[in-house]
Amino acid sequence: MLEVRDLQVNYGGITALRSVSLSVKQGEIVTLVGANGAGKSTLLGAVCGLVKPASGSIRFEGNDITGRKAHRLSRRGLILVPEGRRIFVNLSVTENLILGGYFRPKGAELDQDIEKVFSIFPRLAERRKQTAGTLSGGERQMLALGRGLMSRPKLLMLDEPSLGLSPLLVAEVFGVIEQIHAQGVTVLLVEQNAAAALGVADRGYVLETGKVVLEGGGAELAADGGVQRAYLGMD
Amino acid sequence: MDGAQLTQQIINGLTLGSLYGLIAIGYTMVYGILRLINFAHGDVLMVGCYIAWFAAVQFGLPWWVALMGSMVLTALLGVIIDQGAYRPLRRAPRISALITAIGVSFLLENLGLVIFGGRPKAFARPEVFNQIYEWGGVRVLSLSIWVPILTAVILAGLLLIIYRTRVGMAMRALSRDMVTVQLMGVDTNRIVAITFALGSALAAAGGVFWAMKYPQINPLMGILPGLKAFVAAVLGGIGNVVGAMIGGLLLGMAEILLVAWLPELAGYRDALAFVLLIGILIFKPTGIIGQELPE
Repeated sequence: MLEVRDLQVNYGGITALRSVSLSVKQGEIVTLVGANGAGKSTLLGAVCGLVKPASGSIRFEGNDITGRKAHRLSRRGLILVPEGRRIFVNLSVTENLILGGYFRPKGAELDQDIEKVFSIFPRLAERRKQTAGTLSGGERQMLALGRGLMSRPKLLMLDEPSLGLSPLLVAEVFGVIEQIHAQGVTVLLVEQNAAAALGVADRGYVLETGKVVLEGGGAELAADGGVQRAYLGMD
Repeated sequence: MDGAQLTQQIINGLTLGSLYGLIAIGYTMVYGILRLINFAHGDVLMVGCYIAWFAAVQFGLPWWVALMGSMVLTALLGVIIDQGAYRPLRRAPRISALITAIGVSFLLENLGLVIFGGRPKAFARPEVFNQIYEWGGVRVLSLSIWVPILTAVILAGLLLIIYRTRVGMAMRALSRDMVTVQLMGVDTNRIVAITFALGSALAAAGGVFWAMKYPQINPLMGILPGLKAFVAAVLGGIGNVVGAMIGGLLLGMAEILLVAWLPELAGYRDALAFVLLIGILIFKPTGIIGQELPE
């Protein structure tokens, strides 16, 4: 479904990604682990069209999408839920969701999807008319996830969905990710919480200073000595 | 000053304030989205007035056709200015776009002088706006009654767009986060263009009523209303549409009442706006209803 080949991204003279290749197949959960500054968010930015790559290619559903504009890609079902939630704090909860389905026609189907998001996240339903700026961190993450779902994504890319959440909420968020996946959405997950991410992932990639240094099955990576020391806090 | 005179002055203040408000909305909308003070806004208004003048005086079209035509063509001008002058600078430092805006302003003023000539042109008031109404000693021009009414209608329409349509939703979202909104499938350039179109159309409406009020136009006529409307936008809280209208009404009222109560200070009327600007920047820089939003 997603094929990234030899991707290089430069930021004002600094190489953020060098020759990164990875793939995500239909129906998979793939995770990308790595330290802060390893280039995980840059990779997602390049895939969704917010960051222009210097070289390399990105293919989505067989089509070359390298350098395409972000708003066009999201209309094709390539959806990023960005790091730090980035919900629209000046809009209501419902408006945030409607905006998530901005390019879809108005009507019963859209309203059904809004209700569906509310059934996944009952806490949002209680606050549907509230300004999103009044939500707590966990609720914001749920809104960001719900907003991503509103576009009926084919590939959902999640950038640090557990960042800054309490352990209880982290478990809830990962539960929802598995639920979304079970409904047929392919997921590319970027996480610092490598243990949780590898736990749900079919496959994983380890990114270090802009390069893929390791790849393999989720369980396989979780059992890797180097990964355990570097990302799972084990000796 | 007796009650009749006061009523008359309040109506005048409302009229002038409505005009400032209509113009201020264009400033505030563009600022809200691009963080750009579009200093060419007043000159866009001037072009709108000339379009209406050609339509009404040269071609003899009814005033409302002239007004609508002017709003549409001025909206187009606003979009062209944005696409031609500001869009290439979207990623440049903000000061570059600001200086460009001043450049566009000079360009429009001087093009106006070259094309239309520096001599003012009479802008005949249509019959409906030229009646004198009189009740109990209050004498007002019908234009002074119609301007606040039409302004209220235009403002209601605009608020409907901003708060009840998806494009308006995208505008509000864009004003907070230009990057994330793209992830929702929103074409930011299109939304910015719509913003310029709406702001410029409102400036044209404000300008045409302004022209009917005085009733003449010249290529430099946009400067002072433009600057004062900018003050009104800051006064109300820049970035806020309702604030811009409130700021405009306050400024218009303050000017009229200054002249009414302290006629000896009438000569300082134009300075009042800038005194208010300095005052608000010192005491409440976020404006009357502007506020720091929680992150």
